Amino acid sequence: MSERREGGGHNRPAGTGFESKAWFFMRLSGVVLLGLAVFHLYWMHFAIGVDNIDFQTVVGRWSNPLWRLYDFALLVFALSHGFNGLRYAIEDYVRRPGRRLVVKSIAYVAGFLLISAGAYIIFTFDVGAA
Amino acid sequence: MSQPTNVGLRSWIGYRGGSGYLLWLLHRATGLGVLMFLALHIVDIFLLGFGEDVFNKLLFLYRAPWARAMEVFLLFGVTFHAMNGLRIIIQDAFPRTWLHQRRLVAVEVVLFLAVFLPVAWIMVADFLGGAG
Repeated sequence: MSERREGGGHNRPAGTGFESKAWFFMRLSGVVLLGLAVFHLYWMHFAIGVDNIDFQTVVGRWSNPLWRLYDFALLVFALSHGFNGLRYAIEDYVRRPGRRLVVKSIAYVAGFLLISAGAYIIFTFDVGAA
Repeated sequence: MSQPTNVGLRSWIGYRGGSGYLLWLLHRATGLGVLMFLALHIVDIFLLGFGEDVFNKLLFLYRAPWARAMEVFLLFGVTFHAMNGLRIIIQDAFPRTWLHQRRLVAVEVVLFLAVFLPVAWIMVADFLGGAG
């Protein structure tokens, strides 16, 4: 793990290995999520509002394949960004190697299940049958 | 002389490294918080597969008063994490800006409050108005 920096983030790890790429990916996916996630939150929770969302709202959105693509991109970027951040937190707080392996394994299994469940419903949901 | 007994939040944060530490801590806390909501959100969207009745019946969870309060926390978490993350990205892309971190943080805080406070206010007013 690279050196923690005041104000958030870490210095870029040396070399061109996995940690250096992960560092860059957090910035890249961060910029992408500034668009995808922030728009999604403000549109669904502020412009539309939780009280006005139900099953038919989703049917309406997912009738357009572009919204499915948007939601899939959001799913992939948000989960990979979030779980890499969780990995940083685990490496900071879980110091014993055996325990760290267990906690990381649980996290990765959870991440795999979430991306599978999300991708499954985005691409199999049948608006015609709904 | 007796030992100082005033060891409040301010001195604890100061001991840990001042505003930089506080921002780092908030970035991590909001990141993990938003990730927890994301996990919940994927589960609830997955339930679309069980049909309209099941999905709509479960929506009461998000319309409960405590859920609407959590929604304001979610707005806080995403907005702060986005703005603080944007500052980190800018400072990483243009290393000279590290010399001006305090000024950039001041801009960030003003922008954050300018976006978060009105939207949170409208969210809360909408809920209270809708419930009343």
